[in-house]
This record gives sequence, C-alpha cells and structure tokens, in this order.
Amino acid sequence: MSQREDLIQYLLRLGDSALIQGQRLCEWCGHAPALEEELALMNVGLDLVGQARNWLDYAAELLDDGRDADHLAFRRDERAYRNLLLVEQPNGDYAVTITKQFLYDAWHFQVLHGLSQSSDERIAGIAAKALKEVTYHLRRSGEWVERLGDGTEESHQRMLAAIRDIWRFTVELVNGDEAEQRLFEAGIAPNPSEIAAAWKSKVADIFASATLPLPEPASYFYLSGRKGLHTEHLGLLLAEMQFLQRAHPDASW
Amino acid sequence: MGAEFTPVNEQARACFQRRYADAQQLKPDEEKKIMSEWTLFEVFVRSKHGLNHKHVGSVHAADARMAIENARELYTRRNEGVSLWVVPSALITASSPDEKEPLFDPSQDKVYRHASFYELPAEVGHM
Repeated sequence: MSQREDLIQYLLRLGDSALIQGQRLCEWCGHAPALEEELALMNVGLDLVGQARNWLDYAAELLDDGRDADHLAFRRDERAYRNLLLVEQPNGDYAVTITKQFLYDAWHFQVLHGLSQSSDERIAGIAAKALKEVTYHLRRSGEWVERLGDGTEESHQRMLAAIRDIWRFTVELVNGDEAEQRLFEAGIAPNPSEIAAAWKSKVADIFASATLPLPEPASYFYLSGRKGLHTEHLGLLLAEMQFLQRAHPDASW
Repeated sequence: MGAEFTPVNEQARACFQRRYADAQQLKPDEEKKIMSEWTLFEVFVRSKHGLNHKHVGSVHAADARMAIENARELYTRRNEGVSLWVVPSALITASSPDEKEPLFDPSQDKVYRHASFYELPAEVGHM
C-alpha cells in the first residue's frame, strides 16, 4: 500500500466515523429526554457532520476518480465504509447513547490532538479546528457518564447494561494497524499506542468517578471497520441515510 | 451481576462494592436530581464587544456546571457571546409589578438629576 492509499483509508476512517456518529445523533431529533439535551445532541451531531465533510473532501481529492464528498458520504456501499464499529451501534436508551458518545469522544479527542501536529498541513488545519469542538464534546459526554453512573439506582443499572452491550467494540479504539503505524512513522498521524494509552487512562478516570467498573480490555473479533466488515446495523442506517440521494441523484434545493 | 465484571482498578472496585452493598436503597443525597426536579437557572450572556451580561432566557439543569453547558447549547449557537453567567432563578429577587408606581414614578420629574445643563467645551468632544 502506498502512502497515498494509506492516507485515503485513514481519512475515510475519520470522516466515516464522524458521519455515522452524526447520523445516529440526529436520530434523537424530536425525541430527546429534555429540550436542553435535544439542542446539545443536535449541536454535537452537526459539528461531527461538518468535520466529516472536511475529511471526505480531502479523501475525494486524493482519490481523484470523479467522486466528491457527497458521493462518498451518500453513495458508497456498506463494505466501502471505514467507520468504527462503535458508532454504527443503535442509540438504545440514553445510557447507551451517552456511553457510545463518551468512548468515541475520548478516542476522537486524542486522535485530533495528535493530528493537529501532523506534517500534512491540511490535516493539521482540519484537526486544529475540530479539536475545539471535540474538546467540548468530551467534556459534555464525560460529565453525563459521571451523572448517570453515579446517579440513581436505575441510571446506574442502565449504564452497566450499556457498557456490557458495547464494550467489545472498543477493541478498534486501542489497536492500530500497519497502515497507521506507517503514517505515524511518516509524521502524518499520531502514535497509535499513545492514543490507546491516553484513551484507557481517560476512560478509567471517568468510570472511576462515575462508580462504574472498568471492564477488561476488549478482545479482537472477526468484524473490522477498517476492512469494511460491519455489524448488521450499518446497512439499515445507510438505507435510511442514502435513500433520498440514491432515489434522486441530481436533486437540488 | 458481580460475576460479569472484573473491575481493574481498586478505586472502581471499592465503588462497585459499595454500590451493591446498599443496592436496595437510593443513596441519600440532596444534590442528585432526577429530571423532573432539575433546577431553573436564568442565563446572562456578554457579547465580545459588550461590557455587561444581558439576560437572554432560562434553562433547566441538575447542577450549575450542567447549567453552563445547557446555556452554551441554547443561547450561544449564533456566536452571541464570549461569557456566560447562570444563576438559580430562586436566588433572584425581583421587584413586583404592583410596586411600580411608588418605586419608579417619583424619578420621572426630577430633571435636575440629569446632566443636561452643562455646556461642554469644544475640546472635550462628544461624551
């Protein structure tokens, strides 16, 4: 794999994860538990979709095959997506939504922090701007994990169930692959093992103050977002997300 | 429940055991609020070019830190400001509309309290 190909895959991973997480958050629109949370979830979702646009724009330029960011976002088939398995999981109840968001934010923050020092200027620029947004996302979701974990008996039980449901997908957050290692050595991407260590430390801190037990590190299983081998949930999500663009490909406002 | 998790660090383990020792009772704690009990806060925003915070509305929140975040979400979406104050509404004392006349009418006809009779020298310019 050439560096260009490694980089395209890396950008797709960032952009697709932000896009799919944004899509999941938008599913709360009109149903959030409180008006304040409704606005908050939509703000976070819009931030992420905006970031996805930046990453996918750059990926489209490098691919240079006539596709633009819109085409990448709305017309690829499921196996071409490179998002983390974690973000495609259904929203479930609020405990699941918040736990997913926090685990993703903790990873996202570390990655963007590293990327803002990338030797690739375009990446550094996108990351620096996104980092401000994600710093806030992490603060928000971390505090909600604390409030729900160290809250009422019901909220605590729901948090335990949420962690039990989605912890296995965190294996992707703490394991890099060879492509990422190569990009790190080229100065473009941050060190995957530093990301993993910082993520584990943050999650341990927040879980401890939320009186939630920290599970053992997740073990590898046969699915992989990096290889486009997704859980059954992505297909359903894409069917909804892509329907309009596929049904009316040249529609405009 | 206990068999499924192996808390890795001691602090979490202690919290976990404490939690399940009194699983039948809610922890007595006035600070914890379920959603129907969230406190109402008034929100004040200062814009980048302003000197004072202006009242813009209210939010509900479980605690002051959440109130700042909720205020940020609801009242600063369009770059309205750079500083937020939130105050529990219960702490604000307001004058009553019934008292408007005795409190505020007397100041209407006291023209000598305004600095309208001074002539400004030209060198001072506009004040």
